[in-house]
Amino acid sequence: MAMVQATMRPVGEVDNDSILYLDGVSVSFDGFKALNNLSFVVDPGELRAIIGPNGAGKTTMMDVVTGKTRPDEGRVEFNGGIDLTKLDEARIANLGIGRKFQKPTVFEFHTVFRNLELALKGHRGVLDSLLFRRGDDQQARIEEVLETIALTGAADMEAGSLSHGQKQWLEIGMLLMQDPELLLVDEPAAGMTDAETEQTAALLKRIAGRRSVVVVEHDMEFVKALGCRVTVLHEGSVLAEGSLERVQADEQVVEVYLGR
Amino acid sequence: MNTAVPQRRSGFSFLLTDRGGRILLSVLLVLIIAVPILNLWVPESSPFHVPTFVVSLLGKYLAFALLALSVDLIWGFAGILSLGHGAFFALGGYAMGMHLMREIGGRGVYGNPILPDFMVFLNWKELPWYWLGFDMFWFAMLMVAVAPGALAFLFGWLAFRSRVTGVYLSIITQALTFALMLAFFRNDMGFGGNNGLTDFKDVLGFNLQSDATRVGLFIATALLLALSYALCRLIVTSRLGSVLVAIRDAESRTRFLGYRVEHYQLFVFTVSAALAGIAGALYVPQVGIINPSEFTPANSIEIVIWVAIGGRGTLYGAVLGAVIVNFAKTYLTGAFPDIWLYFLGAMFILVTIFLPKGLVGTLPAFPSLSRKSAAKPRPVSPGAPPVRQAAPGE
Repeated sequence: MAMVQATMRPVGEVDNDSILYLDGVSVSFDGFKALNNLSFVVDPGELRAIIGPNGAGKTTMMDVVTGKTRPDEGRVEFNGGIDLTKLDEARIANLGIGRKFQKPTVFEFHTVFRNLELALKGHRGVLDSLLFRRGDDQQARIEEVLETIALTGAADMEAGSLSHGQKQWLEIGMLLMQDPELLLVDEPAAGMTDAETEQTAALLKRIAGRRSVVVVEHDMEFVKALGCRVTVLHEGSVLAEGSLERVQADEQVVEVYLGR
Repeated sequence: MNTAVPQRRSGFSFLLTDRGGRILLSVLLVLIIAVPILNLWVPESSPFHVPTFVVSLLGKYLAFALLALSVDLIWGFAGILSLGHGAFFALGGYAMGMHLMREIGGRGVYGNPILPDFMVFLNWKELPWYWLGFDMFWFAMLMVAVAPGALAFLFGWLAFRSRVTGVYLSIITQALTFALMLAFFRNDMGFGGNNGLTDFKDVLGFNLQSDATRVGLFIATALLLALSYALCRLIVTSRLGSVLVAIRDAESRTRFLGYRVEHYQLFVFTVSAALAGIAGALYVPQVGIINPSEFTPANSIEIVIWVAIGGRGTLYGAVLGAVIVNFAKTYLTGAFPDIWLYFLGAMFILVTIFLPKGLVGTLPAFPSLSRKSAAKPRPVSPGAPPVRQAAPGE
């Protein structure tokens, strides 16, 4: 439960204690600047919410961090200095960055159990996979995560038959199986009931502390439930940062995002 | 401890966990025992006698079944729709044909102990370098798998590394087989041009026209089909198979879990091409010829139709589809030679509309596939998924 409070630190200063460090990152697609000199820092164990109107660059930011998109310029560093801009998705995932997609993406034809087993931290080579045998500790780990995401009873069900909210949890569970140091979570509460949204917020708060979690979200109630530091993106750069109350009081934020 | 959690696999359970596969292996075993007896030891006057041409026809069907199996391995489980697998089949066939040509030796029309007849005819003075070694059976057999495997590796490395998948991959595999067809039609390629390789005399010293050799080739085909089925089954029931299905259904998700998707695609594509090559090598001595028409793009499309009709993503369904369609083809091309292709087209359309999971996905004889079992691990093969490339999270 313990949440490490982020200390105020001027963005741009070299910070080797950070888990994620973006400095001056720009990406453009056909002239459109999806990210424009974006800089921000996430501390180890921190829970951070990223909000912003459509087209603010939230998903592009995740693409850049996870190796799907190469930045035109700027630095992206992980865990105190590992340059992420040269690595591909698989390498970055194995370094310890897990990503949940906006649309819940699980392996629909596999059982819930096998979905988690596939995400299990370990060797990812072709031959390793051919010779893989599940060990007792791995079995225990899968059962532990099943417990965490409240899907123990559904272990043997095909993932395709889960409800929308359960799929979201399964995907978060798959992230946990990877044992990442940083989780990037894109709109985890989308399409969830109020009760599910509350449980999801509690789950993410539990995960943070030991790991860093960056959540992209539209739902203000959900962000409020997370009770963490908020970064507001607008037109590809940081507009404001601070507690939810503070950014909600910020006039610029009100103007571009809250539209009031 | 949750009892719903699948148990670990052990021993040869991967072979026996699906009923269709058990039936397939049993049928092959029966054929291996019964066909020699009914052909060689039952007198021709008996109604139970199986004529030699039927033995070779069955052998041809089983070679096609192995080809269909290789396509199902990549299409059904990894979502790679190759429309050029006929090329790998033909390459394996040519490797076998080259060995059979060398085995003719001085018995050709021109009596040249080294050069095949077509080279003498073209006034060639010596054997091209790429024909060297094919006089040795073991070398030729190695090339049967290695030549198509190497081509698939090179082709796949370029395609998968650049993340060419889906329809685009299908189109370039068509281009691949078409380009090879044009190349093999050329006389100066040194593979017999238009006529291909034919007039084979014997294999390993056994006369190819004799009943016993024909039966031997049939048994070899049935055995290799069974072994290849076991290999494919081993792959798809391992974690490797789970990763392939994961790639098929959610490629980005798999990548962001840290799997090198292109390595997995390359591995299974290469294995599949080698199996197709083995199928071609078994086909050639039983039909007695290999020529560039085997590279025709339409041939490769036909293989995909066999798999779709039989049932994609089950392995044994591909075998069933290949045998049924080719049996129908033998009958229909005899009875209605002009309109056989309409029948094939109609079969494909009907199966696609009314039996989207193919014949095996529809037959009530296979309940074990849909039944959920708490104690036993469930089969990995998740029926026939929709024919599409998933691109989630974009």
